[in-house]
Amino acid sequence: MRREIPLLITGIAGVVFVIQYFIPHFPFNRLSNWFSDWFSIVSACAIWLGALNLIKISVEKIAYKRHDWGYSIIVVGCFLLMLFFGFIHWQDSREPGLPFIWMYDYVYTPLSATMFAILAFFVGSASYRAFRARNLEATLLLLAAFFVMLGRVPVGDVLTGFLPEQFQLSQVAAWIMNFPNSAGQRAIIIGIALGIVSASLRIILGIERSHLGGE
Amino acid sequence: MSPVFAQSAAVTDTAQIIAEIAAPPSEFIPPAPQNVIVSDNPNDDGHAILIRWDSVATDQAGLVDRYEIWRAAASNGTAGEFTNLGDVAMGTYVFRDGQANEGQSYYYKVYAVNDSAANGSPVWALTAESEIAGPGTPVAQWFDMQRINVFVGVLLLCAFIIFYIMQARSGKTLFIRKIAGLEAVDEAVGRATEMGRKIYFIPGSQDMDQVQTIAGITILGRVAEMAAQYETKLDVPVSRSLVMVTAREVVKEAYAKAGRPDSFQEDQVHYLTDDQFGYAAAIDGMVVREKPATIFMMGLFYAESLILAETGNSVGAIQIAGTGEPSQLPFFVAACDYTLIGEELFAASAYLSREPRQLGSLKGQDVGKGLILVAIIIGILLETFEIWDFSSLFTVIQ
Repeated sequence: MRREIPLLITGIAGVVFVIQYFIPHFPFNRLSNWFSDWFSIVSACAIWLGALNLIKISVEKIAYKRHDWGYSIIVVGCFLLMLFFGFIHWQDSREPGLPFIWMYDYVYTPLSATMFAILAFFVGSASYRAFRARNLEATLLLLAAFFVMLGRVPVGDVLTGFLPEQFQLSQVAAWIMNFPNSAGQRAIIIGIALGIVSASLRIILGIERSHLGGE
Repeated sequence: MSPVFAQSAAVTDTAQIIAEIAAPPSEFIPPAPQNVIVSDNPNDDGHAILIRWDSVATDQAGLVDRYEIWRAAASNGTAGEFTNLGDVAMGTYVFRDGQANEGQSYYYKVYAVNDSAANGSPVWALTAESEIAGPGTPVAQWFDMQRINVFVGVLLLCAFIIFYIMQARSGKTLFIRKIAGLEAVDEAVGRATEMGRKIYFIPGSQDMDQVQTIAGITILGRVAEMAAQYETKLDVPVSRSLVMVTAREVVKEAYAKAGRPDSFQEDQVHYLTDDQFGYAAAIDGMVVREKPATIFMMGLFYAESLILAETGNSVGAIQIAGTGEPSQLPFFVAACDYTLIGEELFAASAYLSREPRQLGSLKGQDVGKGLILVAIIIGILLETFEIWDFSSLFTVIQ
């Protein structure tokens, strides 16, 4: 029963979701919203599991002074601090000027933005490796990247201004993006769509059940 | 802009303009909309009515600026009080009333409006009213006919998959092409064992309602089983608590299946944060400090993909990644040793298990892909030579 009931729920929910796409009539037109609400409720309850797990692991690390336990002090400290500021003003904690929202706006948001900003440097280092002309494919990639990047900045057209318009770098970049790139992307997207259908069907039919914790 | 206003615009005194056009001549009264037809909006959940009327040549000549649509609920077979629903610009002869209640009947009127303004203020609006049309009653349909092509496609694909599953079950050997990234899973786990370092499995940053996350979790089961057999430590940091619960169950089961249930520790699968970049930062820190030998990234990733993959690359870990997010694939290709591209992620579980029924579903999927390829070629030929609008077969109205 431990496996059959989840399989039954998965199968019924899967079939219902397929049906609701084709039937606009009540109750099928509401099912998506209802399931979405249930998912939100379950997720909201489950987040406590996650938070408690994080605290448990971090506290154990500190208690037994395991490797790099100092970082766990920061994790627990930040967690408790935000929790404290969130709870002292309860529902009003998001009002401007209060400590919780101040921490969110002036600590959390800049840290998050910094993490995203350093992506540019990661792109640089990854590009360096990816664009080395080791073989024919990598050379083609390098050439495409060269034309696209130069074509996307004003200097590209300045450099090729003497050429007819269709051979200027911005036009070449647009052609690469609109034709070879789009064709490749579409092939991948068609494959992904078919893969999703196939995987979903396996799950609905109960053929694929390893996500339930077993064969 | 009406001819009167355009003519008067040359006069500089605004007060004079308004005085001149405040009482526009009767020849600027627009014609009333004719043949207003009210009908149920097809293929919907019964909350919309379509109102159509005849096109009017005069609106192009400046006599009509817009059409206003008014509605009244029907009561005892007569129209109640009319209220304004909104308007459409000239040249449009259909309005979709999406605010109707299923089963309630409504009457409609359409006003042709010729209005003008000076200095941003309305000066006059000449209107002509259609006859009352209706009643129309919205009805919910039992099948969305605009999606019939999707329905046929899904049926066909399911038929292929089920057919090949049955073939596989009857003992027929199915050929499945090699996927390099999946062939390398054994090698990647073995490398971690030899080096005595950890394996990291990152199941993406999204929740269990994503098929890609489920696909990632199914691969986790195979990796965990191998890790248990080789007695290699497996660490699964997750960003969603529901994923944590599911992944923990999968890993626990895999250890039991490998005959090493005692080696499983619940904290192998642990929660970090729901925040996208917080998750990436936390994993980066762990990777830099612990220097794992192998990193698997399987699931749905967004901008954190390259941050994770580059950090793993910098510590020299062998990395196998897979996602169905086309915009993130180039990052994984650039920074990882092996990448499962698109459908390979969804094929992984079947491929690794070699279970006949699962392999049958893979074969059916490939046949579906072949069918789409044939359709593309036929479409190119028919559309290039303008024989038939083949692409209309594949149009899906959202």
